[in-house]
Amino acid sequence: MILKVLVRYGEIALKGKNRNQFEQQLHQNLNAAVREYNASISRLHGRFIVTGPAEYKDQILKQLSRVFGVVSVSEVWETELDLEMIKNESAEIVNLVPPESQTFKIATRRANKKFPYPSPEMNRLLGSHLQQLFPSLIVNLKQPSFKISLEIGFDKAYLYLDSVSGPGGLPVGITGRSLLLLSGGIDSPVAGWMAMKRGLTVEALHFHSFPFTGRRSQEKAVELCRKLAQYSGKIPLHIVSVTNIQKEFKANCPDELAIILLRRMMLRLAEVVSEKRYLKALVTGENLGQVASQTLESITVIAKATEMLVLRPLVGMDKRDIIELAKRIDTYDISIQPYEDCCTLFMPRKPVTKPKIEIIEKFEAGLDIETMLEEAISSIETVIVKR
Amino acid sequence: MIDIYLDNSSTTRPYPEVTELMGTVLSETYGNPSSLHDKGLEAEKLIRQARRQIATLINRREDEIVFTSGGTEANNLAIKGVSFRNSQRGKHLLCSSIEHLSALNSFRSLEREGFEINFLPVNSRGYIDPGEVNKLVRDDTILISIMHVNNEIASIQPLKEIGYQIKVVNPDVLLHVDAVQSFTRLPLRLEEWKADLASFSAHKVHGPKGAGCLWIREGTKLQPLFDGGEQERGLRSGTENVAAIAGFGLAAKLSSENQKHKMSVVSSLKKTFINKIQESGIHCLINGPLQEEGAPHIINLSFPGLKSEILLHALEEKGIYVSAGSACHSRHPEPSHVLKSIGLNRQALEGALRFSFSIFNNEEEVITAAEETIKIVRHLSGLIK
Repeated sequence: MILKVLVRYGEIALKGKNRNQFEQQLHQNLNAAVREYNASISRLHGRFIVTGPAEYKDQILKQLSRVFGVVSVSEVWETELDLEMIKNESAEIVNLVPPESQTFKIATRRANKKFPYPSPEMNRLLGSHLQQLFPSLIVNLKQPSFKISLEIGFDKAYLYLDSVSGPGGLPVGITGRSLLLLSGGIDSPVAGWMAMKRGLTVEALHFHSFPFTGRRSQEKAVELCRKLAQYSGKIPLHIVSVTNIQKEFKANCPDELAIILLRRMMLRLAEVVSEKRYLKALVTGENLGQVASQTLESITVIAKATEMLVLRPLVGMDKRDIIELAKRIDTYDISIQPYEDCCTLFMPRKPVTKPKIEIIEKFEAGLDIETMLEEAISSIETVIVKR
Repeated sequence: MIDIYLDNSSTTRPYPEVTELMGTVLSETYGNPSSLHDKGLEAEKLIRQARRQIATLINRREDEIVFTSGGTEANNLAIKGVSFRNSQRGKHLLCSSIEHLSALNSFRSLEREGFEINFLPVNSRGYIDPGEVNKLVRDDTILISIMHVNNEIASIQPLKEIGYQIKVVNPDVLLHVDAVQSFTRLPLRLEEWKADLASFSAHKVHGPKGAGCLWIREGTKLQPLFDGGEQERGLRSGTENVAAIAGFGLAAKLSSENQKHKMSVVSSLKKTFINKIQESGIHCLINGPLQEEGAPHIINLSFPGLKSEILLHALEEKGIYVSAGSACHSRHPEPSHVLKSIGLNRQALEGALRFSFSIFNNEEEVITAAEETIKIVRHLSGLIK
């Protein structure tokens, strides 16, 4: 048995002259998403058709519905551009519908205007054909219990019942390459997901302070990447130790500045990694006003540590929205596991909320920042986390 | 690379003989013990042999042993099985407040089923007062469950006195002993204690995970937890984990050989370790019994002002593996119920580490472990102002 799936994409069809490039990227991403199930992709009048073994139907539909750029997917039945064959196929489909579904409608979309019957006429022709075959069926255009959709393409016609929504957005890879600062918390994986949704390729950078944090909190970062990789295929995860950096700050700087100083180091480390990996923007889970390091003043001072563009996709979201999205993309349960991540230790009781850049820079000037960075970078480990 | 495993109360390294035997059983003696053919018979023989080995060690009859998936299942079977089956006699149950979670939570779920539970308090060293027990025993009491050796603080309960006190008041009360930690380490005087049931686990005695057993005195009535093919005299349905059970029998036998000598070795390791720590002058408290009173293989120490998880990871970095509180529930951030029951203050709770030793450890290892612990405690105390 062969499975055919119709894949619709929205936004990218609108992008004028970039359209070809977008479609190519989406084509490639769809291919990567279903390759393991021996499915293949072909292009069709502003849609893709995926062909694969029917035994993997559930897996293929699930994978396709997670590819950014996809608006929705439907299992379809393909016929020749021939009225009788379309009629026959529509009757087959009615047999798949639960028998208690009595009301129906037909919705035709004629992309191929050379097909002799306009859409409203096709609706009527198919509707009356089905009513002849199944006398109990009643047409109901407003609230049908099932709907048969028909797409008239240039080579073939496609019939289908339901659609599964995709995540929308832009195909990953189309807008560039970025580095996600991934803690073990709820926010940063969501930020990564949103970056991917806008077409960014994402690599992740996780900081740990073993032995002040356990190995399990690193494992958490890996598991979070695995969830994100569901949407992008794979995520390279770079893991860096900041233990000695935190110790230096603890020994030489006031406690209340510890978080700001550490965050600035994290951005510097991120910049080094980005250079090596040709990544053009940083993505963080920062939000406004949730914690002391996220006041406008703190974010400003932290961001001054790098020249790179820092994207903060969560800035417009409430915590509740973030949690909801985290649950939807399945990262929430991992994030709330109680292993300490590197921010919860060395945490000052009263962190500064309005840091002054001059004071921060004064303390940094007293330390050998370059050596601290080099030492941390030498601890880097990279794992490629796959779906 | 240093690799010093001092978490033997959580689990132990299996004997090489045990893993070898299990490998052979898994690949060759793969028959179902219930099958009528020779392949089944071979497997059944292995189980019979393991049953004989365990029965001999505890000096009881073979047909009183029911193999389970481990200590947790044995505790569940004993507590729930006895309570449900004997509820027409009464619905009152007793257990100590420092039982293993598999026992405590079994009692809590019975509480939801309409049973009444009294939790016996312990003193600051983790001991039950036998004189208090008999005050709680009533006519409708059907079961009391007591752990022989506590897995976190090593207190050894006065089971002889407890058994005597309960049976004086009500001879029908059944006594279940959780002997998971004491099995093969201390003599088990089931008769003297007047015990009726006892739980054992393979992986605490250098055997595999996934096997354990419940000893049930002949005539004691239990309701099984599982319905199925009626294996283990109907008390534990499910195809037997043949390799693990065979490994259990062998591990128990090997662990018990020269028990006295082995335990004096382990005990002296513990002594060396504590002496080293105490001589150094770092701030440290012993939780539970003093070292010579408790079980020979466990010592629980608090380093007030430090966090146990950080100490644990810092030791791990040196290749030394210990436990914070009790490993079975260290996934939960709450402090251990055992340490709370003996009345530790917050600082002592947060800074508690458990070191547990086995015959696979040696003098040199525990000295290294003590020295590293001292170094780390000093370093961290300086760092965390």
